[in-house]
Amino acid sequence: MKHSTFFWFVLPSAVLMLLFIALPIVSVVTQSMYAAHEQVVVTVENCGPFGCTETTAVDQEATQALKEAEPLGRYVGTGIYTDRNHLALNEVTAAWFNADGLPDFGSSLMNLPFYRALAFTLTYTFIVTPLTIIVGFFIALAVNTVAGWLKGPTIFLSLLPMVVTPIVGGLILFWMVDARGVLGGALQWLANDPTLSVKASTGLTWIMLMIYGVWHSAPFAFVVYYAGLQTVNQDTIEAALIDGASRWERIRYVVIPHLFPLTTFVALIQLMDNFRVFEPLVSFQAQAHAQSLSYFIFNDLGGETRLLSSAAATSVLTIIGVAILLSPVLIRTYRDFTPRT
Amino acid sequence: MSSKATSRPLPVMVIATVFLLVWLVIAAFPFLWTTWGSFKVEGDFFSKADWLNAILGPLTTAETGGSLTGAGYYGAWIQEEFWRAAMNTAIVCVCVVSISLTCGTLGGYALARSGFRYAFWFLFFALIFRAMPPITLVSGYLLPFFEWNLWGHLSTTIIVLVAINQPFTLWMLHSFFKNIPADLDESAMVDGCTRFQAFRHVIIPVMWPGVITTGLFSFLLAYNDFAVTTLLLTKENQTMVPKIVSFLGTTQTKGNVMFAVAAAVSITAPLFVMIMFFQRQIVSGLTAGAVKG
Repeated sequence: MKHSTFFWFVLPSAVLMLLFIALPIVSVVTQSMYAAHEQVVVTVENCGPFGCTETTAVDQEATQALKEAEPLGRYVGTGIYTDRNHLALNEVTAAWFNADGLPDFGSSLMNLPFYRALAFTLTYTFIVTPLTIIVGFFIALAVNTVAGWLKGPTIFLSLLPMVVTPIVGGLILFWMVDARGVLGGALQWLANDPTLSVKASTGLTWIMLMIYGVWHSAPFAFVVYYAGLQTVNQDTIEAALIDGASRWERIRYVVIPHLFPLTTFVALIQLMDNFRVFEPLVSFQAQAHAQSLSYFIFNDLGGETRLLSSAAATSVLTIIGVAILLSPVLIRTYRDFTPRT
Repeated sequence: MSSKATSRPLPVMVIATVFLLVWLVIAAFPFLWTTWGSFKVEGDFFSKADWLNAILGPLTTAETGGSLTGAGYYGAWIQEEFWRAAMNTAIVCVCVVSISLTCGTLGGYALARSGFRYAFWFLFFALIFRAMPPITLVSGYLLPFFEWNLWGHLSTTIIVLVAINQPFTLWMLHSFFKNIPADLDESAMVDGCTRFQAFRHVIIPVMWPGVITTGLFSFLLAYNDFAVTTLLLTKENQTMVPKIVSFLGTTQTKGNVMFAVAAAVSITAPLFVMIMFFQRQIVSGLTAGAVKG
């Protein structure tokens, strides 16, 4: 294909991605180095019959003018990154020197909002991803045993949790585990504790969020594995059977190695998606107990006071996190496409 | 006749069936439960006294006279004007799907047919962009959009969703076009077609399976999105997902959580129908990336 033809064909996509993905990243990085203007304060001397008093007042007009002149705010360099709401370098150093032992240091870290969000995001990512893969794999094995005419409906039902709007899926589970909901009631009955409430407990909230995560993404792993199972070489399985391999050994030594490339694919997609976990936290109204990096950004952006700079700094840190997570995929893609010499 | 390798002893079958049944209940029961519950009053759906209330609905009978009530749906759709949100969602979805498929097919086709190195780099960057959490991009949009008065319009949201969709669309269509033999359009060009004519008359007639599959995923992304729509739209032109979340804020206090339940069921129903009709395409779309990787 000629260069010029290629250029015109990809132009619309390229412009879109440049304007709305590449430039926003630049915009986020810039924004993160500027803080909102401080209010302009004027000191007025009021002289009356009983002497002079000085009062300070906010000059609304000047503040507004300043905001309009420089909408970005004032330049603060890396100031926002190191403040208490982000990397909190001072607090972390202080905690490190004052802590007796690692657990104590850990618990003081958990008092800092950014580290709390990071801790939840990482825990979520690295617990949900493997569980998703395992659950999806076993669903695929089980669906594979089902008689032909039942396969369609089974796959239909299995796809539901994945296709449904994440916010709605989260809400549906949230309503069910509500203290007055059916699952919440069942939990109270099981634990024999009528005051048990998932919403009120940090541990239970985390567990529920992760259960939601697995519920939501297991169908994806299932579909990929199910498709993979259809291409397992039956001759190899039969050969293994003749050699005396048990059922489990056949799965372990024939099926799993066959599915292994799919596992890396599922794992990478899941790592990417779980790292940006966001919607379930909105649905579960869990901000008191669990915040993820994405939710942290959302929290800054929403509401009356939009803390754009703070959100931008968290965004940059999140992007760095994504880059670290993604580096293996990128290296692999690069190798796949590079002609071997 | 099945071979011995695929035959399964009884215990294995039992374990597999039980496991599968448990999974199906976990996957589908929440939807059944909520759909049924959406026709009850709040006192029944959230019943501290007895979970059977949500099924039998004694309070619903006492309050409304019938064992099922459409009060939640009436409240959500008419009183709170959920229909407006539904219209907005329809506009957003139709526009996003059509624009992103138009750009995506052109781009994906070119990427599949170009052997040059920059095509690879193009896809490489698309992959990086695919990994960006949308909310980080949104925090980059807000200030420029406020400054240029672009914030709050449906059209802005549509373009943003198209752009966020583009990397995925490109990758997917790229791999579909790779599977269409290059001889097809090349022979047309030998016969004197230009590249675009070859695309128009030879490729477009055979590309629909891939385009429909990709379109489904674009649709899902636009339909399910919360991060972009909630932060870029005003209250007046909200789509369905942010509207449901806004119900939670206002209705919890009014004791009308049932509006949100009814709205949640309403938003899920089209998805049900969609999976029913397009199950095969969804499955093939999910595996398209995997088989290659």
